[in-house]
Amino acid sequence: MALRDTKGRPLVAVTGMGVVTSLGQGKDDTWAALTAGKSGIHRIERFPTDGLRTTIAGTVDHVDVEPFCAPVLSERLAMLAAEEAVGQSGLTPGDFPGALFIAVPPVEMEWPQRKALAEASGQEGDVTYKDLLKAAASGAFKPWHDLFIFGTVADRVADRFGTRGSPISLSTACSSGATAIQLGVEAIRRGETDAALCIGTDGSVNPESLIRFSLLSALSTQNENPEGASKPFSKNRDGFVMGEGGAALVLENAEAARARGATILGYVLGCGERGDSFHRTRSSPDGAPGIAALRQALADAGVQPDDIDYINAHGTSTPENDKMEAMSCTAVFGERMASLPISSNKSMIGHTLTAAGAVEAVMSLLTISTGRIPPTINYQVPDPAIPLDVVPNVARDAKVSYVLSNSFGFGGQNTCLVFGAEPKGA
Amino acid sequence: MRDVVITGIGLVSSAGEGLEAHLNALSGGGAPHTDLATFEPFPVHPATALEWDRQIPKKSDQRQMEPWQKLGCYAAGLALNAAGAKEDAALKGRMQLIVSAGGGERDYAVDGQILTGLRNAENPGVFLNERLMGDLRPTLFLAQLSNLLAGNIAIVHGVTGASRTFMGEESSGVDALRIARERIASGQDDIFLVGGAYNAERPDVLLIYEMGGFLWKKPYAPVWNRPAEGGGMILGSGACFMVLESREHAASRGAKPLAAVAGIASDRSRRKPGSAEASLHRLAKQLEAKPDVVISGATGIKGITEDEQAALKDIAPGAPVHATGDLVGHTMEAQAPTGVALAAGLIAGRKASEALVTSVGHWRGEGAIRLTKA
Repeated sequence: MALRDTKGRPLVAVTGMGVVTSLGQGKDDTWAALTAGKSGIHRIERFPTDGLRTTIAGTVDHVDVEPFCAPVLSERLAMLAAEEAVGQSGLTPGDFPGALFIAVPPVEMEWPQRKALAEASGQEGDVTYKDLLKAAASGAFKPWHDLFIFGTVADRVADRFGTRGSPISLSTACSSGATAIQLGVEAIRRGETDAALCIGTDGSVNPESLIRFSLLSALSTQNENPEGASKPFSKNRDGFVMGEGGAALVLENAEAARARGATILGYVLGCGERGDSFHRTRSSPDGAPGIAALRQALADAGVQPDDIDYINAHGTSTPENDKMEAMSCTAVFGERMASLPISSNKSMIGHTLTAAGAVEAVMSLLTISTGRIPPTINYQVPDPAIPLDVVPNVARDAKVSYVLSNSFGFGGQNTCLVFGAEPKGA
Repeated sequence: MRDVVITGIGLVSSAGEGLEAHLNALSGGGAPHTDLATFEPFPVHPATALEWDRQIPKKSDQRQMEPWQKLGCYAAGLALNAAGAKEDAALKGRMQLIVSAGGGERDYAVDGQILTGLRNAENPGVFLNERLMGDLRPTLFLAQLSNLLAGNIAIVHGVTGASRTFMGEESSGVDALRIARERIASGQDDIFLVGGAYNAERPDVLLIYEMGGFLWKKPYAPVWNRPAEGGGMILGSGACFMVLESREHAASRGAKPLAAVAGIASDRSRRKPGSAEASLHRLAKQLEAKPDVVISGATGIKGITEDEQAALKDIAPGAPVHATGDLVGHTMEAQAPTGVALAAGLIAGRKASEALVTSVGHWRGEGAIRLTKA
């Protein structure tokens, strides 16, 4: 088998994967639950939900961190996923021979910290930022500077795994995890590095984050039955459910991986991306940018639409996303779309936001290696406007050689990845 | 590998609007604009007043943005104009975008009211939920998300190849440029819009850096003089975007290069006394830099500022060193792009033939960019 792709570029192999979601820690637990059609969505216990329109989420509650806040939980989820991935790859822990690309949620100081500063200021009347600044001057809160700046999670992960060079923290909103992988693929193809550690992580279910999405009417409010709330592609879908998680992939130049005797779990064959200038939160009505990203990913992978055996959908369960995704896929795959399996992991783990593209990349590769397609659960009321084979409610066994994974985000972000058991024509 | 050139620059800051204004301020050598009063005792370099309509024509777009995004969007428009790309929809449709960004502004009044109310709230968690649900502007979220500066540039200017947003303070500015350059040099892409924006006139960002003890709390003094008095940085509002493309691509569309980006190196030293100095030495060596001018991103923070000064004495003996901090203040994610823009301006104006731009992050990360004649 040639270790370069049809365009003469180094092939990019996956040699390690790790994941943590509300369904469990590690890819074995998560995969078992996901293919059993289990939901990780539950009532939020982490903070009071009185007065909120949405009171459910796929939080990761089996991980303790201190102080409890989005950057520390996100860091922990990234570490857990990366430990599993690097462990599987067989590369030396603490001396990773390549770059780090990590999708992290935008961080900022949270309410417990603001409150502590307000109390420390001694202000007994109306509190303003002047008071917080006064409290900050004491020096007592020095560690919070490091905690709440944007490069810290990456810095700590880079320290732990010994990655090379300046780590890259990135955001492309809900396609961030896929972008982290794309950056790794590009760096290996350029010959800049033989290995890349690509991570997506998100542990940001806190009151203000949830309320921000809620105020944009993006979240499901079907709180009565948390496990049934995320209903991608169903007629009665009413928004996404926030989830938390982390996923990591070790990417390697296939030649280097082969030379060191590593087990190759699959290949990242192609990446496609396209910006959309239509609206801050909505897609172009004609779906053109999404369609362009899909086509570019297939072309970059050197595969035809007919080669794709399964689509791991973005499938958020919002009315808008699922309609647009179905339309874009139909434009690319034509009549075959009615019978081409497409399922949404988000029906079970919710929308892990910054992590989603990476989590779903791991699931896509497991679909290939196990020959089992995870279902879209909660599919009771089909939407006649989007007639798709969503692998309803029950996992399905199938030979899957090539998977397309979609990620779309606010701000006109569209990123698609193609994974394969082997490169086309191998 | 292909040569990478800069063909358009958009720059706004306390020193004014446009590359010329900044080069004039640089050669004038006077003290930069600071505002000592608004956030007393913290001086900031305030953004110059801009007629937003000139680059962000729709009021509805302006209303959807907070100042950091408006500054960035405005500078992006200037860069597209300067590169002769503003009216070329097809070109902008395949132009790639990398933005270095932090996050957006908060509603300071609402934060203050909530903190005041929390003190006596019977059930603080419930009180917080009620106030946030009732008082947050729904669209404020879109002005806070890091990747929405890129989103706004796509909407306002039609740059839709694809965008990626890098975070991580100063390093993100260096790495945005580095990745764009490598993608062009390797032939992965032809043309990029790259840059960053920062609004320093925000109590929430002052708070983060004051917690860490990084802010200068006296009237303006040049960055190199601050370490002797304890050190500290003065944050600056501003934005810088640049159009980068391969030399062939620029030639094919008749765009005139200002300078070539010969190399970009970045790293992350474990900070200890002397580590920034050693890091800069390594980076300059890696770039084979022989600059006749240096544009430094020095912060004025004690330790790393003297480290950088010592390194520059060896790397660029006799070369004039200009600190962007002494021109526009410390613009964080926009600092490295701003330095590169100034260096390109000096080279294009035949004031220098090779420049080195440095970036020693206030807390982590070091970077260096080598520019040569186009």
